Parts: sequence; C-alpha cells; structure tokens
Amino acid sequence: MTFSSKRMLRRRSAHTDADAPAGLASIAVDPSGAESHVSAPSAATSARSGPTADEQSAAQSDAFSGTPIIVPVIRRADRFSVQDLLVEASYGVGARPSRLVMTTLGTVLGIASLVVTIGFAQTAAGQISNQFDAVSATQILIEPAATRNSSGAEQATGRLPWDAPERVDRLAGVERAGLVADVDVAGQPVTSVPVNDPSAAQTLSPAVIAASSGLLAAVRGQVVTGRFFDAGHDERGDRVAVLGERAAETLGINRVDSQPSIFIGEVSYTVIGIIDGVERRANLLDAVIVPLNTARVQFGLTAPAELHVQIEVGAGTLVSRQAPIALDPSAPENFTVQAPAAASSLQDNIQADINIVFLTLGILALLAGGLGIANVTLLSVMERVGEIGLRRALGATKHDIARQFIVESAVIGLLGGLIGSALGVFAVVAVSLLQGWTPILDPFVAIGAALLGTIVGLAAGAYPAVRASNIEPITALRGGT
Amino acid sequence: MIAAPVVELVNVTRSFPGPPEVQALKSVNLRVERGDYLSIVGPSGSGKSTMLNLLGLLDRPSVGEYHLDGRNTSLLDERQRAIVRGGTIGFVFQAFHLLPHRTVLDNVLLATLYSGVPRGEREDRARAALDRVGLNHRLDFLPGTLSGGERQRVAVARAVVASPELLLADEPTGNLDETTGSEVMDLFEELHADGLTLIVITHDQAVSDRADRRVRITDGRLSVLS
Repeated sequence: MTFSSKRMLRRRSAHTDADAPAGLASIAVDPSGAESHVSAPSAATSARSGPTADEQSAAQSDAFSGTPIIVPVIRRADRFSVQDLLVEASYGVGARPSRLVMTTLGTVLGIASLVVTIGFAQTAAGQISNQFDAVSATQILIEPAATRNSSGAEQATGRLPWDAPERVDRLAGVERAGLVADVDVAGQPVTSVPVNDPSAAQTLSPAVIAASSGLLAAVRGQVVTGRFFDAGHDERGDRVAVLGERAAETLGINRVDSQPSIFIGEVSYTVIGIIDGVERRANLLDAVIVPLNTARVQFGLTAPAELHVQIEVGAGTLVSRQAPIALDPSAPENFTVQAPAAASSLQDNIQADINIVFLTLGILALLAGGLGIANVTLLSVMERVGEIGLRRALGATKHDIARQFIVESAVIGLLGGLIGSALGVFAVVAVSLLQGWTPILDPFVAIGAALLGTIVGLAAGAYPAVRASNIEPITALRGGT
Repeated sequence: MIAAPVVELVNVTRSFPGPPEVQALKSVNLRVERGDYLSIVGPSGSGKSTMLNLLGLLDRPSVGEYHLDGRNTSLLDERQRAIVRGGTIGFVFQAFHLLPHRTVLDNVLLATLYSGVPRGEREDRARAALDRVGLNHRLDFLPGTLSGGERQRVAVARAVVASPELLLADEPTGNLDETTGSEVMDLFEELHADGLTLIVITHDQAVSDRADRRVRITDGRLSVLS
C-alpha cells in the first residue's frame, strides 16, 4: 500500500515537472492535456528512431542552464500495468511446471489439512447435535433448587408439588411429564423370596424409586413384559412394582403372568411389569419402581425429586421459562430447569472444540509450505539473474522487479491454497459419504483457506523479491546467459 | 532550436571506494550527436563495463555530469532513471539475454512493457521490429530453436521496438562466428542509416573499425582514434 501511494505522489510530481516548462521544453504534449507520450506515434516507424525523435522534438530543454528535469510522462496504463504484471508473473510461474508442483505441495498439504480439520470438526458438531436432537432437544428436567447450608450439606430450597405432571401438562409444547424420586428404604433388603438364607452371598439390593404413572412415557421407556402402573394404582397406593430390566435379572424375575412378588423388607409387592429402553435416567433399569403414593404411604416419601418433561422440538426455551411458574407461581425461582441448549450455542460449543493437534499439524505444514515457496522463489531468482538484469535494462524499476516476484510467489500460494482447499473439501465430503454423515463446511472456510495460501505465498515471496530487486543489472547481464 | 546531443559526458569520473580506491573512469568527456555511430574499444579491465553502466543509466558518475538526450541524468531519481532508460536506450548484449520460455514475439514485447508503449500499439510495433530484422517468419519460435545470429537479431528487434534515442551494443558479436557477426553488424549499419544513434562497445578491432567514430578506453582514460 505504501508502495503505491508513494508511487502516485512521485508520478504526480513527474506530471508537474512536465507541465510547468511546457513552453520551454517539449515532450510531445498534446493539446488535450497533460498526458503525453514520448515514443513514436505510429507502428511503422518503430524500427527507426532518430528522425522520429526529431519530429517529436523530444526533450530539448537546455539542461546545461539548469532548467527543470524532464522525464517523459507516461500514462499509467502504458507502463507495466497490473495486467502486464500478472501476465509476466504467470509466465514466471508456469515456466517450470514440474517445479511448480513440488513448490505448491507444501501449501496444498497445509491448506488441505486445515480445511479437513475444520471440516470434520463442523461435520462432527452437526452429527452430534443431530443425535442430541432426538432426545436431548425434546427433554426437560426440573429439579428443586438447592443451596448449601452452613454445614455444607445441600438443601433443597423448593419443593416439587405432587401434582406437578398435571400442572405442566397444560403448558403449550409439553407432551408428557412424570415425577420421580429416590426412596429411602432404610436399609431394608429387596428380595424376591422372603427367606433369610445366611449362606447366600450378600448382594446389594436394587434401589427403590418412586414414580408417577406418566414417567415411563416421559423418559421414553418401553415395557418389555406386563404393564406399567397407572394413575389408579398410584391414587390407591397399591403395593405394585415395576422392575427395570437389570433389576429383574438380579431378582430372578423374567415373567409377570404368574404375578410374582418381591419383598421390600417384610412387605410384599406384586410385580406387574418389566421395563427397558429408558433413554433418560437410565438408572431406572437397575431399580424397583413403585407408585409415588405407595412410597409416601410405605416409606414416608416427603417430596418428588425430579420432574421429567417431554416437549415438542423447539419448545425448550418456552417450557423452561413457563414450567417453574406453573409449578409454583409464587416462587418460580425455586426450581432449576435443565433445558436443551439452543441449537446454535450447542454447535458453537462443539466447534470451539476443534482438534488442536490437527490444527497445529496443518499450520506446521503450511509453514513448511511457505518455506518451500520462499526457497524455490529464491532459487528461481538466482537462476533468473539474467532476466532480472534484462528487465532492469529495459526500464524496470526495483519495485517492478520486486512486485513481479512477490506476485509470482503469491500466485503459487494461491494455487496451492485453491488445490489444497479443494482437496480438503473433497476429503470431508468423501469421508462423510462413507460414514453416512452430513458433510458440513462453512464455505468461508474453503475461500479463506485459499486466501490464506495466497497470504503465505506473499509472505514467502517478500525476501526473494527484495533479493531480486537488489541485483545489480549490469553484473547480471554480463555474467550469465 | 539546436538539437542537444544524445549523449554528453562532462568530466565524468567513476571511482569505486576502496581500499584501494579504483578510478574506473577518469575525467571522461564525450559527445555523441544524433545519428552518430560510435565504437568504444579497449582491453578488458580498461573501464568499458563502467562506461556501459554509465551510458545505460545503470550507474551514476562519482563526479561530473551525464546529459542524456538533453536531460541532466544526475538529477533524476531511480524511478525516473528507469523510465528514461526504458524509453530512451535500447540494449543489445553479448549473451543475447532472451527469455528461454517465451516466444520470439513475447521477447520483443517485453521491451514495450516498461517503456510505456501504449498497449494497443505493442504487438504491431513488435511485429514491425521483427519484420525489420528479417525474422517475421520466426514469431512463434522459442529462442532455443534459433541460431545465434537469429537470436541476436531478436535482441536487436527488442532493443529498437520502443524507438530509443540511443542503441547501446555491448560486444554484440562476442558470441557469434565471423560471418553471423558481420551480418549483425550489417543490420546495425542499416539501422544507423535509418537515423539511429549507435554506440558499440567491443574489444574486436574489426567490429570497431566499421564505426564512423572510434574512441579507445585505456586505463580509464578516453582517447579519440578517428
């Protein structure tokens, strides 16, 4: 940037130099304005020059008497314009195709690994949030808020009402709700036979959990055999129990048609069903589940512990705001709600978790690629000393030479970036296809990666370009071929 | 208005800081009028290269003034010198210096990039220049497929395509056999006959003898031969 602005300033001063002595000196200033041209006006005279120059009466100021210096004013578009620069640079890049391949390889690998790393991170994030959507995005868990008291023990500050499922059922977006509570059985054993067998190995009794009749649906469990208890059982406080599948195995019960009984302590309960496939609160599978009222009557259960709510997709924010109010309008702050994260924040969290190792590898490969470009460009500068000298002799400034080599290495970097980016995208798509994933890749990552390649090329070309621009033209011209 | 000389060296000294300090050119005065044909001879190490550098605006005199086409070049900055060089001086080198991967036409076009030939005129002028040196049937050839004489002709076309005031030839026949070298010199003379100002730097007496005016450099000092 500073280059060009400096250049513009200089060019402007060249203008004024030429304009001011227009009467004294003549540089074929055409009447239309300042822009003029020193070289021959027609193609036919190109091979001659002396008389042509005379006709133009070029630059006759009496330099001996100290009149201003006259430099031919050349239109910007006529002297080594950006178009010329790009054409020359592309010839330089394309002169040795096999070397070009080797040069770009480092950048290709670096850019590709960056794109692949970011691409897989994004794809995986999409994948994970897809899986989450099935359960997590439609499930809310409400618990009484808890604080720590002075002795450090946790103490609930709120209390879920017994009719919590009915209260939240009325809310829009709620599909099912169920209460659950851990029951303290005061160390009483849970057995299938009320026999005290001293020789039997001590086994840990399954936990006893109290649940409302709607819980099974709310946590998406399935009945393997028999049935889950219903509201009637709950209201009456019937001594019925439903076993989680693993608890049933422990207790040696696998069918319920014979109405087997289990004993909690001395009290018998009729097993009416076995459940499986619970997606939330998986410890239900290891537990003996009894109706809430039964637990209140038999074990003095004081309050439900958790309210599981199944909601419609997208209703998470709404329900989590309304549910505490529905549960206790006067103190909604007494409940903590675990709602599904909004989709965007979920993905952001996971995208932040991009694999650092691969990112580092990619950056290292990119650095190596940059060094490779610098190395090869330097080599190319050394090989093209004659060409550089020639260009200087033909009127190229140091800046023109430096620009050419910088652009050459930037083009190499851009090529590497484009190829690497394409390979990376291809790899992400191919692997996703094989794994049955949805490939997700921000298009700006692909574009940005290609640009990053250009930047690497630019940076890598800086030193060789300076070396090239400092080559003494005449040594270069006399030395080589 | 009297035309200023194309080249005017006034007491030009070029010394290279030592130790020991070397004076490659010592108080040289030289005047080359428009349309002159001058040869500069001298053994190697006599200061011919320094002379070429100075005349070609690739170097600056330590002392003295160099007026090129009426401009005092010591007052120009590097960028202005580059522009003047591109528009005013054509170079022909001993080693041709053609770009090996570019066609003959591209090589000639190269000289139009930096000298400010309008884009629309470039190709026509390059073709005309190649036509002038008798190579219009070789436009799309790569330099590697040309003979030495042809290569030097391409270089001459490149030197004149931007219509320079001055053609500087540095040992133009050095890499050529006698016959081809003589043909190239014939070409120079044709261009000179058309009005081009020509300076040939050489150590070859035969080449030097063809010039209208001859000067010799010995040990940094210029002496007029004829």
